[in-house]
Amino acid sequence: MTDDNKKSEKMKADLDDLNTRVNAAREANEPKQARGINEATTYGIATRLVAELVAGLLVGVFAGWYLDRLFDTKPWLMIIFIILGASAGIINVMRAAKQLVPKEPHDEDEEK
Amino acid sequence: MASPLEQFTIKPWGPALEIAGYDVSFTNSAAAMVATLVVVTFFITFGMRKNALVPGRWQSGVEMCYEFIAKMLGDTAGPAGRKYFPFIFTLFMFVLAANLIGMIPWLHPFTFTSHIAVTFAMAFFVFVGVTIIGFATHGLKFFGFFVPDGAPWYLLLILVPIEVISYLSRPISLSVRLFANMVAGHTMLKVFGGFVVSLGALGGIFAASAFLPFAFIVALTGLELLVACLQAYVFAMLTCLYLNDALHMH
Repeated sequence: MTDDNKKSEKMKADLDDLNTRVNAAREANEPKQARGINEATTYGIATRLVAELVAGLLVGVFAGWYLDRLFDTKPWLMIIFIILGASAGIINVMRAAKQLVPKEPHDEDEEK
Repeated sequence: MASPLEQFTIKPWGPALEIAGYDVSFTNSAAAMVATLVVVTFFITFGMRKNALVPGRWQSGVEMCYEFIAKMLGDTAGPAGRKYFPFIFTLFMFVLAANLIGMIPWLHPFTFTSHIAVTFAMAFFVFVGVTIIGFATHGLKFFGFFVPDGAPWYLLLILVPIEVISYLSRPISLSVRLFANMVAGHTMLKVFGGFVVSLGALGGIFAASAFLPFAFIVALTGLELLVACLQAYVFAMLTCLYLNDALHMH
């Protein structure tokens, strides 16, 4: 009986020991993995935001240039559309950035 | 020495063909697309051939790709986006395989995602498709997408054009991002490759210092592999986001 008890106690201690070792190994590996993923997504976010900013401006310039040619109003529409395009690009970046941030409760009233 | 941009030139393979004044020869770009198609089809069909309950290594690879895209689509577009899974999955695998095949050294394959014509065609297809889905789901109410809620009418005069430009900029940002990343990466690799060759040709101490750009190329290749996967992911993820906008309108 006492022998059995001793055995199960020893087994339990062994299991506990294994558990702590597994957890320690996990913890040691986790930050490394998380950092790798973070760096990858940071690069993804960077390229995403830059492209959004440039694309808005490009569309503005092109639309302005085309409409100017169409209505013969050089250079007024292009000036207007460059401003509109830049605003659209900035709005795009703001929206993309908003999607990336996890939603917090006090952000709710800012959502439109 | 060859220019670092020479790798992007399109050369016809075989005879020059022409239909109605357009050059439709089979080019290295077309060959790369066919190769991508064959590789993806081979990877998936033969990976799933056994269709085992407990997957082997190859089958796990295929299933991981499937689950990755299925999860991303579910997270961004919700259950309503489910029926567009085949398209998103095909798009992701096509871009991913194209980017990765372009990274194989020695064979000097052609990376067709480094051409704005190709990426823009894909992005434009996504844009038109998503717009059609938007109008099919919401009818004319989809125009409400361009009108921000709660803005006074005089601000709408400025805000509606901004929203329209913002919507039109989607295919541009989608295509420019992929194209610019691929061009920049491949050009950098070629430029540093050129350094190795010209330093090596000088001989002596200069040849030994060629080790430095070579080491840089090794690091850069790793980075480019990451970029190749990442940009395929970003392309597919943004398609999902646009799909979500069309299905749920904010």
